[in-house]
Amino acid sequence: MPGRQLIMNFEVTPASHTLADYRARGGYETLVKALGMAPADITKEVTASGLLGHGGAAFPVGRKWGVMKPNPGEIHYLCANADEGEPGTFKDRWILEHAPHLLVESMLITSYALGVRHAFVYIRGEFDLPYRRIQGAIDEAYAAGLLGKPVPGSDFALDIVVYRGAGSYVCGEASGLITSIEGRKPYPRNRPPRLTVKGLFQKPTVINNVESLANITGIIRMGAEEFRKVGTAKSPGTQLISISGHIAKPGVYEVEYGYSWAKFLDEDCGGMLHGAKMKCVVPGGISTKVLTRPEIENLTLSHESVNPAGSGLGSGGMIVIAEGTCMVRLLQVLLRFYHHESCGQCTPCREGMGWMHRIIDRIVAGEGVPDDIERLYAISHANDGTTICGMGDAAGFATVGILNKFRDEFEYWIANKRSKMDGRLECRA
Amino acid sequence: MKHLIPEFERMKARFPAGFDSSLVLPCLHRIQADRGFVADEDIVGLCEYLKVPRIQVEEVLSYYTMLRREGIGKTHLQVCRNIACSMRGAEDVIEHACKRLGVKPGQTTADGKFTLSTVECLGSCGTAPVLMVNDAYHENMTLEKLDALIAGLS
Repeated sequence: MPGRQLIMNFEVTPASHTLADYRARGGYETLVKALGMAPADITKEVTASGLLGHGGAAFPVGRKWGVMKPNPGEIHYLCANADEGEPGTFKDRWILEHAPHLLVESMLITSYALGVRHAFVYIRGEFDLPYRRIQGAIDEAYAAGLLGKPVPGSDFALDIVVYRGAGSYVCGEASGLITSIEGRKPYPRNRPPRLTVKGLFQKPTVINNVESLANITGIIRMGAEEFRKVGTAKSPGTQLISISGHIAKPGVYEVEYGYSWAKFLDEDCGGMLHGAKMKCVVPGGISTKVLTRPEIENLTLSHESVNPAGSGLGSGGMIVIAEGTCMVRLLQVLLRFYHHESCGQCTPCREGMGWMHRIIDRIVAGEGVPDDIERLYAISHANDGTTICGMGDAAGFATVGILNKFRDEFEYWIANKRSKMDGRLECRA
Repeated sequence: MKHLIPEFERMKARFPAGFDSSLVLPCLHRIQADRGFVADEDIVGLCEYLKVPRIQVEEVLSYYTMLRREGIGKTHLQVCRNIACSMRGAEDVIEHACKRLGVKPGQTTADGKFTLSTVECLGSCGTAPVLMVNDAYHENMTLEKLDALIAGLS
């Protein structure tokens, strides 16, 4: 077990997602405690916990909440971002499938703290079982009188609507998400104003990742001080790491911040697939820069350890890549994805993604020219900071990360019209 | 779509007041589940029902990849081709599905039984390769499992 567990701390059974089982684990007891506190004290506790957002940017949750100044009588909204779409990431799905009531209780507590009457769960359209599980949990909560009318013993009431997306990466971007809920195509919005000032239908809105919210119940139950005893001083708590690729035991692991990265891979995840050697790893979703095995050897899984290495833990979507994998083909897959998902609002991203995709296709077709590498760099840099949302930047980070470390493979393919590795992405026995 | 209005009304009741515009996407999902795609008359009916401009419905319909304007085969096979799946054999799965069904991605078999699509990350990277059979995920796919799946649905 990679450290202590705060979320995956119960046995998964065919009934562990139900209200009865959740209550048997102490579920909804924290809600009673929270309703006995002043709303502002809950925000204070969350801020003191140092909880960092788990959607990818690691923005302090308490600071985001702090922008909302709940005024009685004014409308505020809360959205749980369950549009999990960053390739390599599948950890929110674990919460939705196995601990949906943890999310519901956390949303109740958060809504009480922020003066929210209506909350939303924005879930990606492809997630069928996770949708049925979270909708099922919400239906159970309505039937139990926890939603829809004042929670027994208080005058606080909340409604939660599950809103299904329909296949769009950009909807995971907070402002794209709310534009989608407004019933339009999910063009992200320029900030300022922040969404916590003008969000859904121009009302102050907090959008938190599912895993970030799932931590709220624990923080209020144990208190910020106890929560901070888990993890490190700069990265309190745990992170759900969803690991995939050429690793022996892929899956979702809850890792206490500060745990050895090498130990996590070699012991907890069973080492490399088929005993292969590790070439590199995508730490937290494809938009974070790849790191080679020597680079991670002495790092721990914490923001303060991974960020100075030039990357980040992002969304926790870790992809392990074995020696022999062709990085040119790998980048081709990534650029095809970014091109497909660019919403088309900003010119640098709309044109740049297509341009990069055409260049990498050309290289793979054996028609690349030596200038193509510099051109990929130039387009990546041109995207950086020139678009409304971070997608253009992210595609650039991923591209530059791979080019910096594996430039020789690109030069080889352009010069020899074939892969230096044999062109495969798989790791065969 | 008119016969779905009672259901739309129940959906509406769950939203805060003034959120009619938000119902565009959920209603389109429901219409597609009912008819298999969204027809012209559905667009007209939905605009009238929600009092939203036609451009808004068209914009949503043409943007999201899961929404369709035309019918597809009885079974929709959607194979993920993103990074984690490609690293665990998705390319072989796609090639095998094409051969077995005699279609290319994006096409429907002549008997109308199968439509094959390739899609980007389905959020199931730990159980790659993954494909969807209509709404359901089928994880840790192998060529043998794919053969059995197709045989069972043919």
